[in-house]
Amino acid sequence: MAKILRVSYTVFLFFIVALASFAENENHDNSEMASEEESFDALGMIMHHISDSHYWHIISFEKKDGSHTEISLPLPVILLHDGTLSVFMSSEFHHGESVVKKGDSYFKLYHDKIYFTNSEGEIIKDEEGHPVNEKPLDFSITKNVASMWMSALIILGLFITAARKYKGSPSMPTGVQSFLEPLITFVRDDIVVEQLGEEKADKYMPYILTIFFFIWVNNLIGMVPVFPGGSNVSGNIAFTSILALFTLILTNINGSKTYWKHIFAPPGIPTPIKVMLVPIEIVSIFTKPFALMIRLFANITAGHIIILSLASLMFVMKTYYIAPLSVGLSLFMSMLELLVGLLQAYIFALLSALFIGMAVKEEH
Amino acid sequence: MDLLTPDPGLVFWTGITFLTLLFLLRKYAWRPILHALRVREHSIKNALASAEKIREEARNIEVLKKQTLEEAALQRDKIIAEARELKDKIIEEAKVSAQKEADKIIEKTRIQLEKEKREIVEQMKAQVAQLSVDIAGKLLREELSTTTKQKEIINRYLDDVSFN
Repeated sequence: MAKILRVSYTVFLFFIVALASFAENENHDNSEMASEEESFDALGMIMHHISDSHYWHIISFEKKDGSHTEISLPLPVILLHDGTLSVFMSSEFHHGESVVKKGDSYFKLYHDKIYFTNSEGEIIKDEEGHPVNEKPLDFSITKNVASMWMSALIILGLFITAARKYKGSPSMPTGVQSFLEPLITFVRDDIVVEQLGEEKADKYMPYILTIFFFIWVNNLIGMVPVFPGGSNVSGNIAFTSILALFTLILTNINGSKTYWKHIFAPPGIPTPIKVMLVPIEIVSIFTKPFALMIRLFANITAGHIIILSLASLMFVMKTYYIAPLSVGLSLFMSMLELLVGLLQAYIFALLSALFIGMAVKEEH
Repeated sequence: MDLLTPDPGLVFWTGITFLTLLFLLRKYAWRPILHALRVREHSIKNALASAEKIREEARNIEVLKKQTLEEAALQRDKIIAEARELKDKIIEEAKVSAQKEADKIIEKTRIQLEKEKREIVEQMKAQVAQLSVDIAGKLLREELSTTTKQKEIINRYLDDVSFN
């Protein structure tokens, strides 16, 4: 027993040290904060972690001479401005220190966002400290995009490998197939067929299956604390908004007569109430996917924020004694987040199936 | 707040990635997997149904076998009973016919014996007659060996004879 305790304490310490360097350097990422060695900007660190970035951060550390070194993967920047497309690597920005000139325009990276500047790279700020410079259309392969592609490749690899095993006559599932098959049959039977019915299920099966596994794998990758994981893809409003938009489109282009009738002329309701009800019904078309978008975004982002906050406890309180609590709670929250990751993927898929199911239902 | 404003670049790339993934998975994963699962489920269902059918058939066969066995036993008993009856009858008949035969033989024998006895009696009669004649002859010869005697007899005969 004592041995186990000692080993786990060592693991804890290791974890803390890892987290410490991770968190501390993030602090130094911010050039403005670099001088203030003592203060730890937890909010800045957390916001930096849950936001997108033009660099894929691997590790940063302080050399013996005190100089700050950061190792990160530069990612391609794709900018659309004045009808031209500029493509270059984010390393040209030198972490926001250099001004990049493309054509007649100058760009500067400021807090992971790219702004038009003058040749000096001047960022003009309003009273609240937000830059007022104009932004080009940014189609860069950011950390989130790269992470999302990685998850897409993982999904493709897993499922195509599994699909190959189904060739030939029916047989016992083996290997990756026996892991994925219960998940697939779960989504098929308990989500799609359950909500859409046997006949209509086949049409929407690929969409619901893809959305479930895409969200789940991205949630899981977001839980990996080291490179190449940790990106907050599924907790990004852009990610959840486009998926919710797909569900909105699928729901409404496939809406049956009954569905539209219930929205614009609910049967069996007196006209004065109808006048009140129709706008509400129209709004509800949009609130349903909107709720999908916010739910996934809020759950995943909140999970990241909580774990990062717990990790920063030690630096905020400036004591090592809080470490066991910090690590213990982080561990607990990580476990919880693993569950939440699955649950949110399930809920998104289930509600998408439910909304589509409600829309395609014919009157009997 | 920055967090709540969707970044158009990420929206664009997520859309592209998701649609590509949907297309690829649909073609190379979902369709073959779901198809194979359906085929397998069908084959399992069929196998179960046919197993049930076979079990039903086996049960029927069992019943049939039992029935057949019972019938066979009944048939056997019947056959045995019939055979016993037949045996008794045959024995009875054999007895009767044997009796008849025996009676016939006895009768025939008796007739034969009767005949033979009569023949013997006839023969004996004949022999006795012969013997009697012989003896009589001998006696006569003895009697008539002397002339006196002969004369005496002739006389006696002559006395008897009446010449009328």
